[in-house]
Amino acid sequence: MIDIFDILGPVMVGPSSSHTAGAVRIGAMGRTLLGGTPVKARLHLHGSFADTGVGHGTDKALIAGLLGMKPDDLEIPNSFEHAEKQGLEFTFDEVDLKNAHPNTVAMELTAADGHTLNIQACSIGGGRIRVTMLDGVAVSFTGAYNTLIIHNKDDRGHIADVTTTLSRARVNIANMSLSRSARGGNAIMIIETDEKIPPVVLQFLREFAGIIHLTYYEKEDE
Amino acid sequence: MDLDSMQRILEQSLAENKPIWEIVLEEDVANRMVTREASMEKMRRTWRAMVDSADAYSGERRSLSGLVGGDGERMRLYYATHESIGGSFTAEVMASALAMGENNACMKRIVAAPTAGSCGVMPAVLIPLWRKEGIPEEMMLQALYVTCAIGSVIANRASISGAAGGCQAEVGSASAMAAGALTYLHGGTGEQICTAVAIALKNLLGLVCDPVAGLVEVPCVKRNVIGAMNAIAAADMALAGVESRIPVDEVIDAMGDVGRRLPVEFRETALGGLAATPTGKAVKERMQKNRKRRRTLTIKDMRWKLTAPVQEPKE
Repeated sequence: MIDIFDILGPVMVGPSSSHTAGAVRIGAMGRTLLGGTPVKARLHLHGSFADTGVGHGTDKALIAGLLGMKPDDLEIPNSFEHAEKQGLEFTFDEVDLKNAHPNTVAMELTAADGHTLNIQACSIGGGRIRVTMLDGVAVSFTGAYNTLIIHNKDDRGHIADVTTTLSRARVNIANMSLSRSARGGNAIMIIETDEKIPPVVLQFLREFAGIIHLTYYEKEDE
Repeated sequence: MDLDSMQRILEQSLAENKPIWEIVLEEDVANRMVTREASMEKMRRTWRAMVDSADAYSGERRSLSGLVGGDGERMRLYYATHESIGGSFTAEVMASALAMGENNACMKRIVAAPTAGSCGVMPAVLIPLWRKEGIPEEMMLQALYVTCAIGSVIANRASISGAAGGCQAEVGSASAMAAGALTYLHGGTGEQICTAVAIALKNLLGLVCDPVAGLVEVPCVKRNVIGAMNAIAAADMALAGVESRIPVDEVIDAMGDVGRRLPVEFRETALGGLAATPTGKAVKERMQKNRKRRRTLTIKDMRWKLTAPVQEPKE
């Protein structure tokens, strides 16, 4: 079902919903999943992002997103200057990622406390995005829902712990997917929910044994 | 109900004795689980963002490539000092379309309608008409709901993406949406709205997407002008009682069919049409000059591995 405000909208800074607005959203997703503004970012542009990215301001849009700007922020064209002020060091290069969507970027992000996030995402049209890889594990989610990203040990019981907790908190799961790097290795659980997840529930989930790391992306407000 | 047939929306509108805009409003309320007021408020913000963007235009700006800028102002200066061929209203429509297309190319705030590349078509006809005739804002919002019906049906049956269906899917769709809105604003019936949509889309069928250097600049900005002028023509024809011999849903399906069969060179890849002319290629070369050599990246290169994330302190 199409949202009519995807037809008439988004309100955004030009020139391209996929190359500019989508790029801001990808940057913002990286920032959220990292847990704050990165201090270092290595960005690898693939396909059409590499071919026409500069003319579309894709590079500026990605950095704007990493700094927490929204797709309609008039400061997007000046994001490089803002990055310097805020202490974000970044590099761009062009890469050939096998079988990736034409509008794809891979980002290696480092936070102030030194922890890192590797994220690959693509802009799929109309400003909508899809995250396709997180820390080496293939995933698929769009940020159109509230999204829980849980790194857990690939071991029995963790999924039940999480879903039971959500159910008790009256949070309905819209979509869910599981991926792992190897059997018995690290796994990623992606859970998209209709309702927002209260902070106390997130904290409760973090306490479970076997949950290595939990990040939560709350969908953009109206 | 999915908004996937103009005919069905029209029939529902007649059966329930409700205007088309109200059916779309109710769909939005059901789909996004919001109140009528919240839906209307979001539409109002969207409309005001369009008007603000139009008012914020400056002829001084240039796009990142330097290809685009200043034509909206040039057009306004022209019709202020000369008797334009089509009269001052159509001249202002053309100037508005150029101005909004330039706003987009110059990284200013716009409303994608339905896309960023075609963002100039709807405001170019709606804002000058609203100002000229003093139409109440509520009615402009209703007209925007009508455009959402049209855009949703086109997106569901065909496409609104240049990469999928060529420029006919972007400027063509925007023109059809604008034609429907104009027909509504001038008291057209549901049938006449459908006719205007059909005529507008038919007139731009086959239009290719051939952006020079892959940028949303040439010929995109000026194509917004033809989308706007075509919308006025289609709406006036529909209001005059001219009928479309091909029903609206069939026209939309034909647009989708043409789009699917368009060679990939004419779908936003910048490999054909104006992009492939000697001048177009020269622009591309100029833009590419500073690019670094591309390298192939493998997963191993990227050191894609789970780095130990810092745990939140436990209480």
